[in-house]
Amino acid sequence: MTTRLEKRFAKLKAEGRAAFVTFITAGDPDAETSFGVLKGLPSAGADVIELGMPFTDPMADGPAIQASSQRALRSGATMLKTLDLVHRFREGDNETPIVLMGYYNPIYHMGVETFLTRACEAGVDGLIVVDLPPEEDDELCVPALKAGLNFIRLATPTTDDKRLPAVLANTSGFVYYVSITGITGSASPEARNVAESVARIKRHTSLPVAVGFGIKTPEQAADIARAADGAVVGSAIVDAIAREIDTDGAVKSGAAERVLTFVRSLADGVHHARAAAAE
Amino acid sequence: MSAAKANSLRSGPDERGRFGIFGGRFVAETLMPLVLDLEKAYSDAKADPAFQAEIDFMQRDYVGRPSPLYLAERLTEHFDGAKIYLKRDELNHTGSHKINNCLGQILLARRMGKTRIIAETGAGQHGVATATVCARFGLPCVIYMGTTDIERQKPNVFRMKLLGAEVIPVTSGTGTLKDAMNEALRDWVTNVESTYYLIGTVAGPHPYPAMVRDFQSIIGQETRQQMMEREGRLPDSVVACIGGGSNAMGLFHPFLDEPSVKIYGVEAAGRGLETGEHCASLKGGTPGVLHGNRTYLLQDDDGQIKDGHSISAGLDYPGIGPEHAWLHESGRAEYVSATDREALDAFQLCSRLEGIIPALEPAHALAFVSKIAPTLPKDHLMVMNMCGRGDKDVFAVADHLGVTL
Repeated sequence: MTTRLEKRFAKLKAEGRAAFVTFITAGDPDAETSFGVLKGLPSAGADVIELGMPFTDPMADGPAIQASSQRALRSGATMLKTLDLVHRFREGDNETPIVLMGYYNPIYHMGVETFLTRACEAGVDGLIVVDLPPEEDDELCVPALKAGLNFIRLATPTTDDKRLPAVLANTSGFVYYVSITGITGSASPEARNVAESVARIKRHTSLPVAVGFGIKTPEQAADIARAADGAVVGSAIVDAIAREIDTDGAVKSGAAERVLTFVRSLADGVHHARAAAAE
Repeated sequence: MSAAKANSLRSGPDERGRFGIFGGRFVAETLMPLVLDLEKAYSDAKADPAFQAEIDFMQRDYVGRPSPLYLAERLTEHFDGAKIYLKRDELNHTGSHKINNCLGQILLARRMGKTRIIAETGAGQHGVATATVCARFGLPCVIYMGTTDIERQKPNVFRMKLLGAEVIPVTSGTGTLKDAMNEALRDWVTNVESTYYLIGTVAGPHPYPAMVRDFQSIIGQETRQQMMEREGRLPDSVVACIGGGSNAMGLFHPFLDEPSVKIYGVEAAGRGLETGEHCASLKGGTPGVLHGNRTYLLQDDDGQIKDGHSISAGLDYPGIGPEHAWLHESGRAEYVSATDREALDAFQLCSRLEGIIPALEPAHALAFVSKIAPTLPKDHLMVMNMCGRGDKDVFAVADHLGVTL
């Protein structure tokens, strides 16, 4: 079975361009605004969507994504509502891959089998679960693969060549290379180092490699897009959502449109990266 | 002491760091190689007699061990039942059992060539103990502490600063211990090469729960030996308070394979289990995954972590060490609870009858002792771990008793 993720990366490879991977947190700052942003992402240039599952204790995330989780939870976000967002998205888009990203506890609490059934029904394509290293593969990774979902693993600068095969063993869809040691939205990576790291990972796998953590501007996104098969932008988009909230906590009108305009500028950076390099 | 037997309860965790289904290594990939390094380094150190000799020397001359096993005659008389012994870990340097673990881990960090120490703290006892050993060994020390806890534990914040530590206020979440732990993990994931994360309780990813337990087991080992010298037999029951559960695990572990010894862990029931405002993860929580391990957690219907409440900042954690979760499910240990009110009563009782002002944490253990001791025969030998002294709590207690200082 070829998944939407595999189809999408194959198509982009044929077109000779990198994937623009966007992250938003489900239900941030509220369900309707979040849905407005989500459904507009493909036409704003997102090739793959990572949708954050809100969690009270996002240990690997920086202030921007922590705050987005808090906003979503305050407005009543739950795992069921996250899956409902995906379901509604799928009514209008059956091609753009959606990867749920987050932490294990809300999944474990729902029950792995129940979660996987509901995720497949909703139209989810893959999972990134930050606190499940390969050592814990039997928890969710193996059942998810059996259910037909991709399980995307993070590789990091501390994942050395000895460890890489274990990290890649049950990885599918793509490999998410975390370009720095640190939390989301912190220091920006050096494009040159990223290219070397991507080459190192590619010696071990034929999967596409997307790179994230610390990409904030169209220029940085373009740099990464020249070095990897995809560039992931999260905190910068989530910050754009944060700017749409008034001092009294209300969401400004036209919020989704302005966020999507920003997303479009990042997408242009990624999509024209290789064309510009070729000129 | 008897060696661990084939069917021993003392042989855990398994090679995946599990106690039954609890424990494990639920951490981000960036940290996984560090956790594996730590496991190897600890395993090597454990096998090195020089490492143990260094710990022994420092435990004696710096910490002041062994701590006495004290027959609390007036409490015994007052309860008119079981014979009450207090294990006096509040007499340790820095005033609690926390130093036992910090000493072991700082010596390990030095062996590993780490040059910077980070830690989380709730009540500040672990922060003070960490800052103390960092000062002693000349290593820079960063302590993460929630802003709510900083407000209610000012003397300990000042102590840490006096000892040369940098105290970083954590505003994320609700500004308590779990948020401090999140922030320490974020620091560790950022400073992987230089930094050693000195976790203060029997939680976190493997090998922390087992390693911290091992360093704290000196409490139970001494108790066992002292009781044999004093009474010529093992105690009939041992009692300790539980937040994350390090003092309790240290007392319990050497007795796990002795079925005649009853084991009681006392959780903080806060304003009462029925109110939902408590920190009793076992009695009022469900299994989940947080901070690197699977254990019982306070959480809502969606798997979001709930904040605990306790009069004692040291028990204010929404989880519990995975080995306790396992001992709870297997029934080897019995977990009970005491409310804020009961702990306050025990705090005053102990001060007046024994001239020992206990920390609010062991006051919870004493509250349980006060319930059960009167029902037991006079030849029942009960040991309660007095794991910390109450100097840090006098302001909070005055406040709760309506006294203006």
